[in-house]
Amino acid sequence: MADTLRVNPINCSGHGVCAELLPELVTLDEWGYPIIANSPVPPALDLEARRAVAACPALALKLLRA
Amino acid sequence: MTMAPANETVDEATGGAARPYASGLPRLLPLVPGVPEDLRAHLARHGRLPYRGGPGLLIGSVEEAGLTGRGGAAFLVSRKLAIVARARGRKVIVANGAESEPASHKDALLLRAAPNLVLDGLQLAAEAIGAREAYLYLHPGVSPEILRALNQREAAGLDWLGVTIVEAPPRFLAGQESALVNRLGGGPAVPTFVPPRVSERGLGGAPTLVQNVETLAHLALIARYGPRWFRALGTAQEPGSMLTTVHTQPSGGSAGSSPPGQHNTQIIEAEIGTPLRALIHQDSVQAVLIGGFHGTWLPITTIGTLTLDNEALKTHGAALGAGVIAALPADRCGLAEAARVVRYLAAESAGQCGPCLNGLPRMAAALAELSGRGHRRQTRTDLERWAGLVTGRGACNHPDGTVRFVRSALTVFAPEISLHARGLCSATNRTPFLPLPGGMPMTEDDWT
Repeated sequence: MADTLRVNPINCSGHGVCAELLPELVTLDEWGYPIIANSPVPPALDLEARRAVAACPALALKLLRA
Repeated sequence: MTMAPANETVDEATGGAARPYASGLPRLLPLVPGVPEDLRAHLARHGRLPYRGGPGLLIGSVEEAGLTGRGGAAFLVSRKLAIVARARGRKVIVANGAESEPASHKDALLLRAAPNLVLDGLQLAAEAIGAREAYLYLHPGVSPEILRALNQREAAGLDWLGVTIVEAPPRFLAGQESALVNRLGGGPAVPTFVPPRVSERGLGGAPTLVQNVETLAHLALIARYGPRWFRALGTAQEPGSMLTTVHTQPSGGSAGSSPPGQHNTQIIEAEIGTPLRALIHQDSVQAVLIGGFHGTWLPITTIGTLTLDNEALKTHGAALGAGVIAALPADRCGLAEAARVVRYLAAESAGQCGPCLNGLPRMAAALAELSGRGHRRQTRTDLERWAGLVTGRGACNHPDGTVRFVRSALTVFAPEISLHARGLCSATNRTPFLPLPGGMPMTEDDWT
């Protein structure tokens, strides 16, 4: 089973790095906070998703095992 | 079923003669309306604490009784008990009496009128889960009676566990489970991200059972009189009775002639499944708010079909929450009421999550504009978009609850929105109806 992206909204401070690295699954709302696709991460984007998680300056993005 | 209004005190639907052990009402509230039951009266009515002699033994009865939480979420109590009972090591129990919704007063009344029933429930639930640490979380000054009860019980050596009182700050979210655990840990009463739930990892990492004080009072009765007794009232899905806070404007004066401040707040212990019409007798009502400020507005035309249970209310998109029911008089402006409440809810955001921090004040401003005269066309669209944007994106349910309130207000008060767009308003009475605390907005320091 594929993983799902999840953001901790308390930790998130809206840097927007996730949307830059993973525009396929993350868009930003009008205040700069990420809106994450509700669907599992497709295998083709697995590496990018891991990169986005690692790059989050607030450590707010996580990959959850489905 | 009879109900008599009472100010600040007790008002029950009494199911016939006063029979403490029969299944009628009142179950929780005193037999003599308005007279709090001290330890002596409590023992005379209910007898001693029925300890079961070990963890786990009460959970089956609670499960059979089908008791649901009375703090708002209506979660099955036996399931929550079982989760914490299963855990090993240090466990914590908290009686949550920090009723933080300005329109709800039922827990405050219960803590004054039947403090010993709440404390019984706390001891029994602690035994059932094997907790050795018990807390009572309260707003300061809410119940001198419960302090007296704690002292009397200690002197009489009734309780197995000592109870530590922790004061809750006067904030809307102060009673939220994770906020409560933060406060107990010495921090501010703000929510944390879930998972983990506090029943898995709560105070200092220990599995923590948080139960509303009314829930614990019901549990104390189930321990004494059994599940069958408990199920003699209520529906199959939601057995028992519940405390409600009912806001009405007494009928009598014609619409518009009521003097300002004529607002009647009653605490009613009612059987679950009771027709709402039995609680709201007034005729000149335009809409009903069910479930409080995180609840749902319903038009008065639905009231004939509404009953006091979540299963039935779900079909209307509503839920009982902590039992707040407000009947908005026909002479008020529903839009103005909604705008005031949402301004309050926005100010009560913990400000931790971006969407809530940004979205709620904007939604409040948009509603304020709609409640004025001649709003911009864009405002309605903006409000809908923001409602969608904040939903499901908070660490707690504050944004979702606020959206439920806002969306139902937009639907129920749609005719009023059109009137206001044309510079009109149907209200003839400008006195605010729904109760809000004064002195908003509060500061950062108020969280502790």
